[in-house]
Amino acid sequence: MSLSKADVEKVASLARLKLTDEELATMTRQLDQVLQYVQQLEGLDTSSVEPMAHTADLANVFADDVLRPSLPRDAALANAAKRDDECYLVPAVLGD
Amino acid sequence: MSLLDASATQLLQQLAAAEITAVEVTQAYLDQITRHDATVRSFLSVPADEALAQAAAVDARRGRGERLGPLAGLPVAVKDNLCTTGWATSCGSRMLENFRSPYDATVIARLKAADAVLIGKTNLDEFAMGGSTENSAFFPTTNPWDASRTPGGSSGGSAACVAASMAPLSIGSDTGGSIRQPAGFCGVTGLKPTYGRVSRYGLVAFASSLDQVGPLARTAEDAALLLQTIAGHDPLDSTSAPVDLPDYVGTVREPLAGLRLGLVREHFGPGLDDEVEQAVRQAIREFESLGATVTEISLPHSQYAIATYYVIAPSEASSNLARYDGVHYGYRTDETEMLAELAAEKKQLQAAGDQAGLDDLDTPLMRLYRRSRSEAFGSEVKRRIMLGAYALSAGYKDAYYVKALKVRRLIRGDYDAAFQDVDLIVGPTAPTAAFGLGDMVDDPLAMYLQDLYTVSANLAGIAGMSIPCGMTAGGLPIGLHLQAPPFAEDRLLRAGHMFQQATDWHTRRPELTTASPSGTSQKQLP
Repeated sequence: MSLSKADVEKVASLARLKLTDEELATMTRQLDQVLQYVQQLEGLDTSSVEPMAHTADLANVFADDVLRPSLPRDAALANAAKRDDECYLVPAVLGD
Repeated sequence: MSLLDASATQLLQQLAAAEITAVEVTQAYLDQITRHDATVRSFLSVPADEALAQAAAVDARRGRGERLGPLAGLPVAVKDNLCTTGWATSCGSRMLENFRSPYDATVIARLKAADAVLIGKTNLDEFAMGGSTENSAFFPTTNPWDASRTPGGSSGGSAACVAASMAPLSIGSDTGGSIRQPAGFCGVTGLKPTYGRVSRYGLVAFASSLDQVGPLARTAEDAALLLQTIAGHDPLDSTSAPVDLPDYVGTVREPLAGLRLGLVREHFGPGLDDEVEQAVRQAIREFESLGATVTEISLPHSQYAIATYYVIAPSEASSNLARYDGVHYGYRTDETEMLAELAAEKKQLQAAGDQAGLDDLDTPLMRLYRRSRSEAFGSEVKRRIMLGAYALSAGYKDAYYVKALKVRRLIRGDYDAAFQDVDLIVGPTAPTAAFGLGDMVDDPLAMYLQDLYTVSANLAGIAGMSIPCGMTAGGLPIGLHLQAPPFAEDRLLRAGHMFQQATDWHTRRPELTTASPSGTSQKQLP
């Protein structure tokens, strides 16, 4: 299986990236190379193996249900490129 | 012994005895940074005035007889992916160039509570993705032993600054070898703790099931000192392990009697440089002369480690880095230009009567995301996001991501079986000594294959450490990799100290070239 430019363009959209034509060509070649390498995993029989998403010997770590101070709004908004007193500002989302 | 030659442990004793002051120590290291960092370029920011003010405050409190923290007055450099209030936390990325964290990472808070002097933030591969520090958006760091070579990465700045005596201690992070490989390349001691041993709260996330923060130092004894302060359960990180913290500092000098070392058959195969192999085998003989027994073991799935890692790590990265949207924090594209671009594309599609193209055209918000991310992320970060998004996308998730998670369990199983018979696993940290700047920038797969010996410890969640064990004929350090079962960092540190009592590789220092006075100092982030 080999990766097409259209595949890469679709993934770029899913990943919220916009690649130039040059980047697209390089990325297609490099991703294809890495994926070819990764395909060696196919040769390994894992039919009786459970996936291991993490190695922490923990499940359902709950915090105590108590109020504690959270980040003040101004501090949370302080790094935004565009904001008003209360909100992050983005380009109009609903029709023009 | 000069302040720059002393170990952190020695400096701490002299500070406690009031033979030297924190200001003197801090000034000595700042002077060394001024002399040499224009060449080494290990720091992204050095807030010298603040460091001196912290040091002066420690001296004043000591003068008043106040109780001080366990690192009182010791300078510590910190990798620039740990959130630090008041300072930049850039992650080596244009995306976060102007970001100011509203809170301290737990590791930073613990260093401050221990009265350490934060001396600067160190350079890294962008978002810790890379093995050479060349992926930093700002500049590459050079290897203090040879300025034409990389210091390794991604904690290249943290390793280089300790090697160049610009800080006695530093903090790095390790997702696939990012503490151990640069420690090996720069001739310092670097430890990746067990997953869950050190809090990840405030560590900018790369791959959350693999990331760990750890110490870099000149000696195992100094690494124990720093680990003691940063390790331990943290309720703010739900993956932090609620287990007891051993007394690393109190036990590091105790030799390990009857130490059983395992030598991994698969780690001495093709690709391993001859000089590196000889140095590692000599180090193993040194351990034998100290009473250790060595047996050959097998980690049969180690050949799959790189493939497994380069599915899991990018998958987690693509998810973690989705937060950079140009809205909440970080870089945002020029909105006027963005809207003009969209309008032009719309006009063109309308003129061509391309209805499908018009239907697919980004909304302004979507284009804001895409332009912001594409303009601010470097090529390696984009590559990993793309790789991860592909591996997680509909139709491919089972074949790539879930498959890799299954192999991950097999890799962990190999370690569990091996540690039935041996106490530590020993081998090379990297297949070669430090490679040249630019050698691998155009070949991502070749760069990934460098992580051969280190990624398995992250996948399995176990502890690992690199200590200096030799030099190449060309004068480059060689690293010895020790791996231990989960939460056996004390064993790594004691073995490291044993070795360093019998050898002097860890005492070697590079000859640094002094930059001309007119040479610009490191970039100061705003």
